[in-house]
Amino acid sequence: MGGVHVLDPYQPGHSVLHAMPAQCKIVAAFGYVICVVVTPVTAGWAFGAHLLVLVTLCAVARLRALLVIRRLALELPFLAFAAALPFVVPGPRVEVLGAGLSRPGLEQAFGLLARATLGLMTVIVLAATTPARDLLVGLERLRLPPVIIAVASFMIRYAGLVVDQMQRMAVARRSRGHEPRSLRATGVLAASLGTLFIRSYERGERVHLAMLARGYSGTLPGALPTAAPRPVQWTLAGGLVVLGAAVAVTARGTGLSAL
Amino acid sequence: MHIPDGFIDAPTSAAFGVVAVAGVGYAVKRAGEENADQLTPLAGLVAAFVFAGQMLNFPVAMGTSGHLLGGVLAAVLVGPWLGAIGIAVVLGVQALFADGGLTALGLNITNMALVGAVGGYGLFALARRVLPRRASAVVIAAAVAAFASVPLAAGAFVLQFALGGTVDLPLDGVAGAMIGVHCLIGIGEAAITAATVSLVLGTRPDLVYGARGLHRARDLTVRRLEPAGAAVPTGQGAAGVASAGTVGLAPAVAGAGGPELADRRDDRSVS
Repeated sequence: MGGVHVLDPYQPGHSVLHAMPAQCKIVAAFGYVICVVVTPVTAGWAFGAHLLVLVTLCAVARLRALLVIRRLALELPFLAFAAALPFVVPGPRVEVLGAGLSRPGLEQAFGLLARATLGLMTVIVLAATTPARDLLVGLERLRLPPVIIAVASFMIRYAGLVVDQMQRMAVARRSRGHEPRSLRATGVLAASLGTLFIRSYERGERVHLAMLARGYSGTLPGALPTAAPRPVQWTLAGGLVVLGAAVAVTARGTGLSAL
Repeated sequence: MHIPDGFIDAPTSAAFGVVAVAGVGYAVKRAGEENADQLTPLAGLVAAFVFAGQMLNFPVAMGTSGHLLGGVLAAVLVGPWLGAIGIAVVLGVQALFADGGLTALGLNITNMALVGAVGGYGLFALARRVLPRRASAVVIAAAVAAFASVPLAAGAFVLQFALGGTVDLPLDGVAGAMIGVHCLIGIGEAAITAATVSLVLGTRPDLVYGARGLHRARDLTVRRLEPAGAAVPTGQGAAGVASAGTVGLAPAVAGAGGPELADRRDDRSVS
């Protein structure tokens, strides 16, 4: 208990991607995900190309394959939904292993899974190569409203504490013989949740008073200095988006001619 | 369950991104008017609380479990604007750190923060107007709003799906399944929200935004109490406070006990 930060997917390293300033990486990730989303489903090879690019990025960042796969497991519930599509989408049927499956259903299920997986992989690479604080600094450099950045930094800083407190309360419940098995446990668990809220809120008030005592005047003092991005790093980030866009545009051409 | 990338097409996602930015911007403005200087720490802690609350699993039956969505709970406890900011920040941080769905962020914020929390609070206010002005009515109104907010958010998703779904499913089927399933989820949401609001209302009623009109803050009065004053010089300061506290005059103790303790410290420094 404790020590494990719930919101810390960062993997320390020294790759080109780790060294790149956060704002470049955020722009590149966002741009690349848009490219993935606008790639038409009919061009299957394009998703292979996107996958190749992202696997290359994982390799450049020296991310362990097991780690990436474990984080991808997040979309398993979605997999079940996509697996049902070939059975329920109307359209011409094709015979696969003796079962009549809908052809557009198969295509759309593939498109859905491919896009969700590639989008998630992009975020995994981003989050694994960028510490949380740098991500916030990057967002600040990208001119996000300071209020949102400040709230997000508070949330990231205190989420670990609040979750730890919740786990301590769970240990306390269990040590008193409470075993949640059915809906009847709702009252007890909700009471814990209410107590957790009161403690979080009071912590917020205490933190606020402590901040006032140290001269807080409504805005957080400027972010710690980070290295300004060098032109080559912006070029690299931009090149990635251009690569994704090139794949998407080519796929659009071939995908439409295939229709 | 969040919408992942590519489930809704790019133009619709972009349009709802604009909706989300406008909505959250308005929420920041309104929340800033309500509690100007406390906004940042409180919204941050509310976001952390919602994040933690979503990790708490409630057992349903036969090994399955569900968790809270928290829109109406946050809105009733801290107000719709602060609640919406909290939920939007949770969604944004999750999208950037773990869950993905960067291009679907606008859709998710619209459904859960704007429709779920702000819309849910609208339902809560409506239910409060119908029900009598009592503390129990706050709990009932919170339960009704929490129940209705979940299918309402699912309805917003169905609208987005109708506008730009990338899958050819019959719309009435999707609408029926989504809203039906979310009505069931809403029952759980209502139970958790009602029980949590009821507990906070019992212990710290002043913290419940949705029950602001129900109680008046008591004025702090300073009263001299003979027993407390007599107990302190015997070196039983803590006991004096405890015995006075059981009489139920905590503000008076703070008023009468404070100077006494300070005087004693002065005496010691002199001797």
